[in-house]
Amino acid sequence: MPDTALDALRSSGRIVVVGASLAGLRAAETLREKGFKGSLTMIGDEPYEPYDRPPLSKQVLLGKASAAGTALPRRRAIDAQWRLGVPASGLDMAGRRVKLADGDEVPYDRLLIATGVRARPWPNEAEAELDGVFVLRTRDDGAALARRMDAGPRRVLVIGAGFTGSEIASACRERGLEVTVAERADAPLVGALGGVIGAVAAELQRENGVDLRTGIMVTGLEGDSTGRVRAAHFSDGTTLECEVVVVSLGAQRNTEWLLGSGLGAGPRGIACDAGCRAFDITGIVTDDIYVAGDVARSPHPLFGYQFLSLEHWGNAVAQAETAAHNMLSESTDRRPHIWTPAFWSTQFGVNIKSVGVPSMGTEIMITQGSTAERRFTGVYGYQGRIIGAVTFDNARWLEFYRHQIESTAPFPPPYPTVDRRAEGSRPVPADFPDPSVPTHGPTVTLSGYSPADRRLTFTPAR
Amino acid sequence: MKQGILTDILDHSHRADPYPLYAELRKTPVYHDGEGPYVVSTYHEIMALLHDPRLSSDQRNRTAGAADPLAEEDTGDSATLPPGFLKLDPPEHDRLRRITNRPFGPPHSPHRIESMRGDLDETVKNLIDDIAAGTSGNGEGTERIDLVDQFSYPFPVTMICRLLGVPREDEARFHVWADTLAASLDPDPTADQAERAKVTQDARMELGMYLAGLIEDRRKNPRDDMLSHLAAATGEESMSTMELLSTAALLLIAGHETTVNLITNGMLTLLRHPDVLQRLRSEPGLAVPLVEELLRYEPPVQLLPQRTPLVDIEIRGVTVPKGAAMWLVLAAGNRDPQRFENPDRFDPDRKDIQHLGLGSGIHSCFGAPLARLEAQKALSELARRLENPRLLEDPPPYRQNAVLRGPRHLMIACDGIRP
Repeated sequence: MPDTALDALRSSGRIVVVGASLAGLRAAETLREKGFKGSLTMIGDEPYEPYDRPPLSKQVLLGKASAAGTALPRRRAIDAQWRLGVPASGLDMAGRRVKLADGDEVPYDRLLIATGVRARPWPNEAEAELDGVFVLRTRDDGAALARRMDAGPRRVLVIGAGFTGSEIASACRERGLEVTVAERADAPLVGALGGVIGAVAAELQRENGVDLRTGIMVTGLEGDSTGRVRAAHFSDGTTLECEVVVVSLGAQRNTEWLLGSGLGAGPRGIACDAGCRAFDITGIVTDDIYVAGDVARSPHPLFGYQFLSLEHWGNAVAQAETAAHNMLSESTDRRPHIWTPAFWSTQFGVNIKSVGVPSMGTEIMITQGSTAERRFTGVYGYQGRIIGAVTFDNARWLEFYRHQIESTAPFPPPYPTVDRRAEGSRPVPADFPDPSVPTHGPTVTLSGYSPADRRLTFTPAR
Repeated sequence: MKQGILTDILDHSHRADPYPLYAELRKTPVYHDGEGPYVVSTYHEIMALLHDPRLSSDQRNRTAGAADPLAEEDTGDSATLPPGFLKLDPPEHDRLRRITNRPFGPPHSPHRIESMRGDLDETVKNLIDDIAAGTSGNGEGTERIDLVDQFSYPFPVTMICRLLGVPREDEARFHVWADTLAASLDPDPTADQAERAKVTQDARMELGMYLAGLIEDRRKNPRDDMLSHLAAATGEESMSTMELLSTAALLLIAGHETTVNLITNGMLTLLRHPDVLQRLRSEPGLAVPLVEELLRYEPPVQLLPQRTPLVDIEIRGVTVPKGAAMWLVLAAGNRDPQRFENPDRFDPDRKDIQHLGLGSGIHSCFGAPLARLEAQKALSELARRLENPRLLEDPPPYRQNAVLRGPRHLMIACDGIRP
């Protein structure tokens, strides 16, 4: 028997998407593709139609693409009402309304929250206001930083050596700019990939002329009389003159607007079930509010049902599609979002790719290639199984390791491979920092377990 | 090898349409007759194996005497030269392929293929003009054209000459060697084998000597061609002269026969699907998806015969022992109904077309960007210029080779040739 309420939703319902970036756009396209004929409203705090962020720290900084030229390609027309440049400011769950900062309210039958994350700002507000101090998250950030780099600053300081910070440093070097990178941990990328790979990343930076300073904090930024940044002070007592500072300390989830709404949203994101339905603060799942993209945290059966927050491009797309599908489906037709985490980065001419959750790994084994040659595959192990893998210029093998992760294959891998070197003869500690010590922030955040602690046989879709 | 489906696949009488045999083969995704190679024919298994680091492409990892009826079929570079990167594993493979790629494709040479467009257009135009003028072929004009001899065959070898930097005045000699080596890939049971082997060996020697001389000359007088760049490289990222010769031979052989078959199979398929041929005349953009579908539907490399596991591996419940011979039947995977809807239908509008026609993983086709462009250009121009083309013989006669499968001749007629 057809679900008449669902039919009504499909033909004349109101769906509101808060967040007009990658996840929001892909969800909207999927809704239309699946035959949603009702009204669709896209709410976004930026004045731009959806654009792609990965190029902002790469091609845009190199001057190979303009920040304005990053609009996301459209898969299909979505026939939406766009409310751009106005952030959502509140949610009335009982009344099913999204409140906007301009006082307007938008009613919904189904709501998708894809508000993503923003760059964590420099904690000292006055210093953050100095001319020449940047973060990099948005199109405007990218355009402003690229413009400043065009002017040829004598030195750039990047605070935080996560992926974004490292890519910015890479762009600086490629443009011939002097750059210092300050990182609280002992090496770049350690939050996401651990100390063994971090050491490789550190060598890569230094070989490419980056003044990399690790185990150090920036204690203050200093401006000149005209309000331009001129120097930075470090925890070791030294001072560095710099004309541009890029604060690259990870991300904060855009959930403040949901404070007091009754939705299970907080600094760690919005908790949702594997079907992308948001939890309310009592831990009960809602049936009309869905979450997708960087702001979501959802349990993953492959990783012990821990709640994962993934700041990954591919995750945003996959989760948006699943959320859109489930919004229009009967309960029996809903699908779980069980995407295997994967991300990529390009820095200093090296293509870095990863699958799984390396940061859960306790050990790493270099199964192929050599870290000294910067072309290798590293496999992460956790409790006797493969939990993640990373490649430096070796991405064509990654698909194999994804299968290994998805089939909970044993660690250390008991088989030989092509290109096994002496360093790959045994695993070594992966050397992740104590998670309680803040770094620039990894791209995967693990946050607790769901009630279920069952084993699930994971068979990839075919 | 026992009499059975593999014998049938290798038997020339099935060459025109091996696809029913592949369908039969897919019923046993990992087929082993107890003696011969382990044969994998389903899409997902092949795709996984192409990315599996437990598999080697280096024959030296094969157990001596591992039964493989294709083991003798040499790709023509083994007698005097070290193996090309096609038959090597990382790190040697990666090193040679990386060096070869520097003057060929991105990131170092993003414009190489694009810069060949002019040459490509001109070569296609001249070959079709020659057909029109009756200066190629057997004097029967447009009444009886052998598309293989008059078009598909000379085209890719001319392009490889331009790519490597073979001077135009030497191209004719190069064609003769290329023809001889290509023929050696195609066993002819009726010929005098000793005589054939000698002719092949002579051609290989002459080609090697010629290339060595050319490399020497390019070292002194470099130009903007691949041989000059490869010869000029120094330090860690450079090849020895032997490696360079072996790589040049690999590019010539791997890039030649395959592209001939892609173009010939393409025209054959278009003539069997006149509606698509008609569309190609009016929609030039169709050439791109059409060639992709062609690579799925009639892949020029039907199977990869040189993989060997480094350790016992289990695939779909079958254990393939360390050192065994394996075949990955790309052409069967491309028609796997578990992966493609209506797999036996030629559909250039197919949206989800991640075929196995160019392989995948580290050994994926090196020359793919050039091959694609050649096939797109060739088929578009043939469609545009030939008036009312038709097949004179269907199916056409096929070469012996079951791996590099394609027609030996493709006899067609047309009413005229447009300018």
